[in-house]
Amino acid sequence: MIEPLLNVENLWVRFPSRNADFDAVRGVSFTLGQERLGIVGESGSGKSLTGRALLRLIQSPGIVEADRMTLHGENILHASEARMRQLRGGQISMIMQDPKFSLNPVMSVGQQMSEALRAHKKVSKSQARIQTIKMLDEVAIRDPERVFDLFPHEVSGGMGQRIMIAMMLLPNPKILIADEPTSALDVSVQIQVLDIMDKLVRDRGMGLIFISHDLNLVAKFCDRIIIMYAGRIVETCKASELRQAKHPYTLGLLNSVPNLEHPRDRLDVLKRDPAWRDAPSVSACQ
Amino acid sequence: MSSEFGLRDWLLSEEPSSRRQAALSSWYNGWLRFRSNTLAMVGLCVLILIIFAAIFAPVLATHDQFAQDLGQRLLRPGVDGHLFGTDGLGRDIYSRVLYGARISLYIVLLVAMVAPLLGLIVGTVAGYAGGWVDIILMRITDIFLAFPRLILALAFVAALGAGIENAVLAISLTAWPPYARIARAETLTIRNSDYIHAIRLQGAGPMRIVTRHIWPLCISSLVVRVTLDMAGIILTAAGLGFLGLGAQPPSPEWGAMISDGRAYILDSWWVATIPGLAIFSISLAFNLLGDGLRDVLDPKDNGS
Amino acid sequence: MTTIFVTLLGLLFVTFMIGRVMPIDPVLAVIGERATQAQYEETFIALGLDQPLMVQFWIYVRDVMHGDFGQSIRTGQEVSSDIARVFPATFELATLGTLFGVVIGVPLGVLAAVRRGTWIDQIARFVGLIGYSMPIFWLGLVGLLVFYGILGWVSGPGRVGIFYQGIVEPITGMLLVDSLLRGEWDVFKSAFSHIILPASLLGYFSLAYISRMTRSFMLEQMNSEYIITARVKGLSEWQVVWGHAFRNIRIQLITVIALAYANLLEGSVLTEIIFAWPGIGQYITTSLLANDMNAVLGGTIVIGSIFVGINIFSDLLYRFFDPRAK
Repeated sequence: MIEPLLNVENLWVRFPSRNADFDAVRGVSFTLGQERLGIVGESGSGKSLTGRALLRLIQSPGIVEADRMTLHGENILHASEARMRQLRGGQISMIMQDPKFSLNPVMSVGQQMSEALRAHKKVSKSQARIQTIKMLDEVAIRDPERVFDLFPHEVSGGMGQRIMIAMMLLPNPKILIADEPTSALDVSVQIQVLDIMDKLVRDRGMGLIFISHDLNLVAKFCDRIIIMYAGRIVETCKASELRQAKHPYTLGLLNSVPNLEHPRDRLDVLKRDPAWRDAPSVSACQ
Repeated sequence: MSSEFGLRDWLLSEEPSSRRQAALSSWYNGWLRFRSNTLAMVGLCVLILIIFAAIFAPVLATHDQFAQDLGQRLLRPGVDGHLFGTDGLGRDIYSRVLYGARISLYIVLLVAMVAPLLGLIVGTVAGYAGGWVDIILMRITDIFLAFPRLILALAFVAALGAGIENAVLAISLTAWPPYARIARAETLTIRNSDYIHAIRLQGAGPMRIVTRHIWPLCISSLVVRVTLDMAGIILTAAGLGFLGLGAQPPSPEWGAMISDGRAYILDSWWVATIPGLAIFSISLAFNLLGDGLRDVLDPKDNGS
Repeated sequence: MTTIFVTLLGLLFVTFMIGRVMPIDPVLAVIGERATQAQYEETFIALGLDQPLMVQFWIYVRDVMHGDFGQSIRTGQEVSSDIARVFPATFELATLGTLFGVVIGVPLGVLAAVRRGTWIDQIARFVGLIGYSMPIFWLGLVGLLVFYGILGWVSGPGRVGIFYQGIVEPITGMLLVDSLLRGEWDVFKSAFSHIILPASLLGYFSLAYISRMTRSFMLEQMNSEYIITARVKGLSEWQVVWGHAFRNIRIQLITVIALAYANLLEGSVLTEIIFAWPGIGQYITTSLLANDMNAVLGGTIVIGSIFVGINIFSDLLYRFFDPRAK
């Protein structure tokens, strides 16, 4: 068996507090190859924290524990902070929800993008500029030279998110974590942004972790799906086999969204069973 | 029934059964949060101690605060029953510091009543009336804000004449603008809320709306601000006293006492140092208390 | 622009009114107690006191606009030339103090925010608390006692040693600068050892303010999402803190520093008394005690205008440097 890009076994994210520790992620295991993996769950299910734990960007006092967390077979759980900085951006990158907040408001687009490149590649300023502009062009931004000198408040949300994608892919990472990348965007540009991201990720043979609360969106853009609930994986399946899902939570999620082909008078309200919380986490390794 | 529950349970109840219980319960919760802040509790204790000292100064004092004895001048602390020594005129510093607490607290209390009230009136009227009234009042506020406080107070005292009451007036005249701004901001957010509309529909006049419905809601943010400002008020008052523009001799005002001790600073350090420590402890106590209160009453602006 | 104009006019109006309600008779202050009735009335009219109040105010504004604050009774000179003479001393002191406050206060505030809850944060908090609670004139006295009286590390009150007084012909009026320009090395050393204590004292108070504000600005920025982005890019902590977070507080910080500077001008009133520093603060207070109203109001207007000027300046910087304001 070939070593997957990412291999995670029994991942825990824990926040110690005075009374009792709060476990936000509880024993999650999965692997990621050159594929598109979707993580779906409601807010508080631990899906975002799982993404950040992979980058070791959990703020103290949060603690990350795992039996195994490897990237290309390299242990990233115990890697030095200096090594992690090489991996962040260089090997694993992440884009977040709202470009309004995730871009630095007082730096120009070009400055921020060149900086991302120059953190990992030894290139001159002018060289960085050329590559940056080329990358802007790849995410379908018209007139990239002009956009290079714009400030974040001067670009629209959809354009901001494409800039984010371009910036994060500039140093050629192997894995991209997209944390709710379109939730803050206008519905009309959501699909456009996702199509661009999807194309780039596939062309470069990258692994994608697509974190979202939107099951249908994930099913459309991913190969494999993980359903998280209360810090655990309750179910995992191929995107094409989502309709055969068995777990009542997954079914609940599916049935609480309207479906144009099978219209119903009344949508189901999700009912949560406390027993799901205590059931062991399902492994999503392949 | 209620005897089965302790008073604590009654106060901490999640489902208060009366308005009074809800109010008391929120007070109690605030107190619990305040109590867990050690530094704020230290501030409160020091302050209580100083208030105690001020009230019982006649009992605690070992000497007459004004009695001079030139044969006993500049005695070191502890000599001849003078706990903190004596000053240049042979007066007992310990007794004078005790009585000085009365003056400081008197000044702080007066300013803390006059300045926020002035600010509250200006701010709420400006915020509620809007239009020209608002523009004119806020322009005046800005003008006062543009002045350096101590220097404006100096100029006022110069015009009014030196003395405690004039010092209080001068400090209040320089201290009200920030309160006016806070009160105006609060008023603007409250003014258009539905319940104010409802009250207006019931026929309440502007006077009643401002005094009965807007003022109470401005109080809590003003209280925090006042507590945080108390130290500044004390320091300004002491500064005026030091310059000879506050309380007049022989009154044992702390700032004036430091000014007296200035001449002896190199040989008899205690004359100026001890009243300075008194000022420092009372303003430190107010600062600690103010920080604690802000954490309780205004959780969004959590300083630490 | 109108805002500035109205504020300055208000400033003048307040000082004008203070001058009018003074219990001192301005005529007697000029001609002395023993003048005749005829002299009195002549001066009364010469001073324009027979005019209506608004006309008097108008004359006052016109005079001030021409830099005429009247004569000082105490020194017998024009108040404006008096202020021009004493102001450089205050400027020198306040500038050095602010420099001290910025150089230490900004890094301290940044560190306190980045290492929140650690010992450095506690130190910053402690420094701030002491600074907000200590009477400046008292700390000055204690400083003199310890560093001059006991340890002998610095020189005592005054601006320069008595042997060096009047040696350096003023150029800028700032002794440190002038002595360097004239190559008077000994004078510079003496002046430096005189200024270091009052300047670090003032610096401490501005440090308390600057570090506290810096800390709270930085805390706000460090919790922003773009900081996570910067970390995801693989930037070093230094780049994240100074290149990204600090870049966002620079403009706010300039406002704070400007305000701290203005506050130092005010704090110098008490410090100058303690250290016998011949600056504008001492000028105002001695004039005040001598009932010399023209001098007091002149000084108040100058400091008030500088306050307004600094506020306008930081507003302009805001508009100029914040890309979002364009």
